[in-house]
Amino acid sequence: MKRGVPRQKVKYNRREALAGYLFISPWVLGFLIFTAGAMIYSLVISFSSYNLATGAARPVGTSNYAQLFEDPRVAVSLGNTLFYAVMAVPLEIAFALILALLLSRVGRGAGVFRTLYYLPKMTPAVATAAVFFLLLNGNSGAVNQALGAIGIQGPQWLVDPAWVKPSIVIMALWTVSGTMVIFLAAIKNVPVDLYEVAQIDGAGPVRRFFSITLPMISGAMFFNVIVLTIAAFQVFDQAYLLFWRDQSNASPEASLFYAIYLFQQAFRQFNFGFAAAMAWLLFVIILLITLVQVRLGNRFVYYEGDR
Amino acid sequence: MTNTLQTPGVAQARPELAASAARPSRWRRALKQPKTLAGRVILAGVLVLFALLFLYPFAWLLAASLKPRGEVFDNALIPKTFLPGNYVEVWNQLPLLSWMFNSVAIALLAATTVAVMSSIVAFGFAYFRFPGRGLLFGLVLATMMLPGAVTMIPIYLIWKETGLLGTWVPLWGMNLFGSAFYIFLQRQFFLGVPRELFEAARLDGCSAWGLFWRIAMPLSIPSFIIVFLFEFQASWNNLQAALIYLNAGSVEEFTAPLGIAYAMTKYSPSAGGQGDYQYVMVASLLVTLPMLIIFAFGQRYFVEGVATQGRKG
Repeated sequence: MKRGVPRQKVKYNRREALAGYLFISPWVLGFLIFTAGAMIYSLVISFSSYNLATGAARPVGTSNYAQLFEDPRVAVSLGNTLFYAVMAVPLEIAFALILALLLSRVGRGAGVFRTLYYLPKMTPAVATAAVFFLLLNGNSGAVNQALGAIGIQGPQWLVDPAWVKPSIVIMALWTVSGTMVIFLAAIKNVPVDLYEVAQIDGAGPVRRFFSITLPMISGAMFFNVIVLTIAAFQVFDQAYLLFWRDQSNASPEASLFYAIYLFQQAFRQFNFGFAAAMAWLLFVIILLITLVQVRLGNRFVYYEGDR
Repeated sequence: MTNTLQTPGVAQARPELAASAARPSRWRRALKQPKTLAGRVILAGVLVLFALLFLYPFAWLLAASLKPRGEVFDNALIPKTFLPGNYVEVWNQLPLLSWMFNSVAIALLAATTVAVMSSIVAFGFAYFRFPGRGLLFGLVLATMMLPGAVTMIPIYLIWKETGLLGTWVPLWGMNLFGSAFYIFLQRQFFLGVPRELFEAARLDGCSAWGLFWRIAMPLSIPSFIIVFLFEFQASWNNLQAALIYLNAGSVEEFTAPLGIAYAMTKYSPSAGGQGDYQYVMVASLLVTLPMLIIFAFGQRYFVEGVATQGRKG
């Protein structure tokens, strides 16, 4: 991270410092109320039984946390979410990388394709879900019709518990262009001379990809993996619209994602204490996974120059 | 740091750097493009194939929105029975105009406040030197890692205590305090502006606010637009907040995403509807259209903004 001033003993100008504090004061205030304050409040609530009608929080010790282990739906939703993340993230990375590599090799016209590929990303999640709800219809959806045309009997995507998560992965892949753009920017930053030298040394395209491109874009790779993982753990919109918007859910077990269950507990059942405990568990899980990824990342990520 | 150069604003503020960055990319293109005709044809074919895959759902959506109920699932991209009347009928069926109005108003409020306030905070971090600056900016970055679920309930209770439940404020009010990623983005831009520019203005008697408002802000219009558009889109898509804060109200008070969710249930046979999905498709199309229009005009801002995200690591 670049800093504005070199790290040395700085003599602060009082008026300048005061102006600086004034400028950042809105964020400080927001941080104190909506981040730090809210986190403390959330922690307190997680150790309480909160009555929404009276606004009274009765301390209940660790029973909300104990309930995390007793309620089988916590484990189910966590398992579903983990399963989804393990399937979605590598596929998203691979697909986005392939698209970026293809686009990086186009001279004229690359902009047109990038625009077209980016359109799904501009589509509101609700509209995406509404369209795929019909495209993935098990009996007469376009996807199964296309599969049928090549002799494959398509699954009941949104009903069969085994195909619930792949359905959401398909939607994630359709909107993968944000990840693609990040890869593309990184690929364009790889110095050309590296490829020239490698070519003179007789390295083929596969070798060049693994020995030059991949190490040189490892920073973007690292960022994408972390961001996609965090997003996967909080998957909500598509799952809500496809399965949980009303009582008609055909596979309530397989489609129960962690964020869905948390939302239901918080704003449908108003079990604020239990939901807050769930949120903290999610926070710890995401934090641990991110830490592991950062650890592994430091071993593989190559940072150029001053970064 | 060559990376910052791709932010459009920096390229404008320092054209000499932008020019030097632009040159190697032509070299690179000459090197990496497929050399043989067959190679080019295959590459173009694959790209077109993917483009068709990405565009198919749009074509299907458009076609379905023009079909009668019984033909939605025939999956034809050209409707056998052409029924543009769906676009008239949907206004009788759903309060689309209210939804769109609510969504536009909230998105404008959200995007304007967050862009202005994040710029102010970012300028504080970028230009002024004060004790604790590095630590505080580290905190800004750290808040980006916090899952929204952790603060979701307390924030709801804060709005409840302040009597603002049922208003629009919970959907945009927090933007008055700036937002971490946008602060990062704007700070990154301000750091690229030569410091001498500000020092000169200060010697001419410009106030601290003047430095920001009269010099930094006009220069940062491109990245300001990135922030504005990003937040507009985020607000436009925000389903969860609408579910929390507006779901209990009347249908007219819904935002567009909540409205689509409502429409999906209303027409779903499993919930007692008739399966009039052509209306859901019309509504989905109308909700998507503003985003596509914004993208048509602000494409480079979106692409730059996303690419910048990748460089913050």
